[in-house]
Amino acid sequence: MTDFIQLFLSGLATGSIYALAALGFTLLWQASGTINFAQGEFVMLPAFMMLGFLSLGAPMLVSVVCTVLLAVLLLGWVFKRGVVDPLFKYGMMPIVVATIGLSIAMRNGVRAGYSAEAHPFPSLFADKLYNIAGVTVTLQDMGTFALAMVIVMATQAFLAKTVTGRAMQAVAQNTESASVLGINVPRMIFYTFAINAVLAVAAAMLVTPTYLAKFDMGEGLGTKAFFAAIIGGFNNSRGALLGGLIVGVCENLAAAYISPAYKDAVALVIFMVVILFKPQGLLGKKEERKV
Amino acid sequence: MNKRFALKLIAACAIAAASTAGFAQNVIKIANIVELSGGGASAGTNFKNGVELAVKEINAAGGILGKKIQTTTADTQSNPGVAKGLTQKAIDDDVFAIFGPVFSGSIMVSMAESRRAGVPNFTGGEAASITEQGNPFIFRTSFTQATAMPKVARYISDQAKLKSIAVIYVNNDFGKGGLDMIKKALANSPTKILAEISTEPSQVDFSAAVLRSKQSNADGVFVYSNEEESARLLRELRKQGWTKPVIGETTLTGQKVIELAGDAANGAVAHVGLTVDAPLPAIRAFRSKFEKEYKYISDHNGMKGYSGVYVLKAAIEKAGKLDRKAVADVLHTLKVRAADHPGVLMDVAFDSKGDLDRESFMIEVKNGQQVVVATLPPLGGPIGGSAIKAAPAKK
Amino acid sequence: MKLLQHKFGLAFTLAAAALLLVAPQYLKNYGVYLLSYWLVFVIAIMGLNLTTGYAGQKSLGHAAFFGIGAYTVAILMKAGISFWLGLPAAAVICFALGLVLGFPALRVQAIYLAFATLGFNTAIWLVMRNEEWLTGGTFGINNIARPAVLGYSLEGNRPYYYFVLAVTLVMAGLLWGLLRSPWGKAFKALRDNPIRAESLGIDIRNYTLLSFAIGAAYAGVAGALFASLVQFIEPGPFTVGASIMMYLMVVVGGAGYFFGPVLGAAVGVVLPEWMRDVPGVAAWYLPIFGASVVLMMVWLPDGLLSIPDRLKARRAAREASAQRAAKAAKMKAGS
Repeated sequence: MTDFIQLFLSGLATGSIYALAALGFTLLWQASGTINFAQGEFVMLPAFMMLGFLSLGAPMLVSVVCTVLLAVLLLGWVFKRGVVDPLFKYGMMPIVVATIGLSIAMRNGVRAGYSAEAHPFPSLFADKLYNIAGVTVTLQDMGTFALAMVIVMATQAFLAKTVTGRAMQAVAQNTESASVLGINVPRMIFYTFAINAVLAVAAAMLVTPTYLAKFDMGEGLGTKAFFAAIIGGFNNSRGALLGGLIVGVCENLAAAYISPAYKDAVALVIFMVVILFKPQGLLGKKEERKV
Repeated sequence: MNKRFALKLIAACAIAAASTAGFAQNVIKIANIVELSGGGASAGTNFKNGVELAVKEINAAGGILGKKIQTTTADTQSNPGVAKGLTQKAIDDDVFAIFGPVFSGSIMVSMAESRRAGVPNFTGGEAASITEQGNPFIFRTSFTQATAMPKVARYISDQAKLKSIAVIYVNNDFGKGGLDMIKKALANSPTKILAEISTEPSQVDFSAAVLRSKQSNADGVFVYSNEEESARLLRELRKQGWTKPVIGETTLTGQKVIELAGDAANGAVAHVGLTVDAPLPAIRAFRSKFEKEYKYISDHNGMKGYSGVYVLKAAIEKAGKLDRKAVADVLHTLKVRAADHPGVLMDVAFDSKGDLDRESFMIEVKNGQQVVVATLPPLGGPIGGSAIKAAPAKK
Repeated sequence: MKLLQHKFGLAFTLAAAALLLVAPQYLKNYGVYLLSYWLVFVIAIMGLNLTTGYAGQKSLGHAAFFGIGAYTVAILMKAGISFWLGLPAAAVICFALGLVLGFPALRVQAIYLAFATLGFNTAIWLVMRNEEWLTGGTFGINNIARPAVLGYSLEGNRPYYYFVLAVTLVMAGLLWGLLRSPWGKAFKALRDNPIRAESLGIDIRNYTLLSFAIGAAYAGVAGALFASLVQFIEPGPFTVGASIMMYLMVVVGGAGYFFGPVLGAAVGVVLPEWMRDVPGVAAWYLPIFGASVVLMMVWLPDGLLSIPDRLKARRAAREASAQRAAKAAKMKAGS
């Protein structure tokens, strides 16, 4: 039983990282119809930015702040103005293809320009173990889960409670009405991209100590984030959280009790089941199709 | 349509240009076909650097039989199919010998090409199956698992006196070969293998694997995976509070692994065929030369590449001519002493299958450093006379 | 004008065909191998072009069929069955599996479909990697022989190239015929507006399934040829990443253009090989490729082969506005 709890808890930690990436993904989709295939690389790049700042001698906290700012600039503003805005009018697929190209460019650009090898990454949490009733929990797992939850809750509170947040939601639900109401639509959309960048940085800080910083760390993460977002419900930000946690926990349990070799299949099995029986996701609302 | 035509025209010109370049016969051409990206990037890059350092030294000293060595390097991307294509290309370019790939999965595939063309092919791969194909042109630069694992097994049963172990291995040529060999080696020993836990290349999350090891209640764990995965495993073992012995092979205590795993690497013990920390003068010299040239400390792959080139040199000099078949034949019974050829780093003897026999070391990671705690003699006894005495010195 | 263009096109095609036939004589082993490699991908991408370019079904799982074709031939040949039975078997199995994949396509749209196909690819790849008893797992299947035609061995790179060329031409011919037939029009209708097509009486269901099935069969044939070409099969070339590259090859060449796959495969397969020899550039091929895709989407979303059309459109637009300006000037002068 303790094993089960242990796996469950460490699955929650992994799942909360998926949730961060999935949340950003969902927000982008809601606000601007952007399917960001490069979401995994959006997590990878800040990890390397951190390494860059650290190697320049900046202390940890300063590096984090610098990374956040740089990420918002590159993954938020430049991404929006450079890739999404010009392609917006062509519909969804060109943006998808462009983000696919972007992910390849980012991944291999880091590989060619920085290093093809893995690099160690400092952890936010010390290497401590706690033994509670026979279950070994690491500070890192608990800290990751707690911090990720705080960030997700904070984002949702921001969206639901603040004026800007509500304006962003309005833009997501009906862009035309929102602009009629006087909301600065482009700016709201930019804020969404900025939030996505911040979420990506957070995910990077939490996941890279374990995964190690490598140019391809984003691949698996991105795919799991997509599946998690869809499982939870693409048009609901709480869905991203649920989806991420479900995927994280089930993966861990499956790896231990069924087969470690088919671990990656768990996310997609759940995805297929959800897609076939409840395509709008577990928490999502049905969407009408325009003819 | 226009584009297609133009593309083909360029192709024809490029190939024509390339073929005229290969006319010079007063160089010895070597192809360096290694993993410079993908899962094997670290191993391949180090191997290549070792080869290039050796070539540079040999050329500065006058070359082999008076001819300089010319190397070309290509990236297999850790992909066996690409490795095969690159080997074909190197053969088209009329190279004398091929170095690489390092990864067992890739060499298993590309060596069919070098065999067909009769080109000596040195590899850093360790899977036992490499030299079991009856290929007369394949030569190792490191132990075969068939030689290494019995030594590890002996350590596990006799010295560490573990009654049981769990084996965590990586699910590829290298890992599975190792698993088979350790099972065979431990078959007649008092140590039992209680769990065989498979992991994937490039796996990031090892919590389930470590948990299974704990559940098995084994006295220790034998870790056999590639560098990055080993680092992550060590971290996870530490994270989950594993205090029992962690034993492995060269890939467990490599420089890169120590760097990636940090404190989690301390206490790990490994059987290592090649280590820059060995207290032997030839190896010490290599270590400082490599560090001077490349500004970082080599790992065992660098030593593989470096010593391999010097082995080739010794073989060519013994054969007396630049004939691939003759050199290959010489290699099959070659014994080289480090005293005569310091470049080979340690006394080495080759056999008819292309396997080599050398001394090896037991390493323990203490305070982030590899420390040699024991030296194990070659399986076949001392090479060419007196064995090299190496006191188990601390670094 | 049209006739002249037609003749021009014909001349080019003949020149290209001549080159395809003659080039191997001037290339060494590796060059011929590379040409064969390129043609194999042309076949696979032709299939994907049908599914995605002509029928509009976003499939990101094509490499899975490629792999299934390759493994079918590899496994059968290891069991002693001839290549000539393996090749059609690969095509048939892939056709059937393509139908199976088509079913989710009926229920989900666009991006969800893309993810479902991606998931399918992952599942197939996992099976390839894990089921060692069947596929050799990560070790793969080595030493696959090349077939013999009526006693004449195709073992050498050159004879095998001509064989692959012949198959490519046959598959291209079949596709050409298919696209000109009413089926081709139905596929295009499916892509442009499925609901309207349905209202016109086209059986959406069947055509969707068929587009997947035929595309998959093409990939299966390509995979079979691939197995004997590389003579070693392992799960590596059949990952999701490979599927994505194939999709990009369709897009870069020009989705919905018949010769798109030819260009796309050249860019995706041949170009990186050449760049490999250029020092310093080799590692940058993929980043540049990725960046080019992004730029292409902004400036040339219909692929490289849309350049002639765009030039034509621009010229026509310029002529039209010139005519309008002339008319306006005339009217002004007249009034």
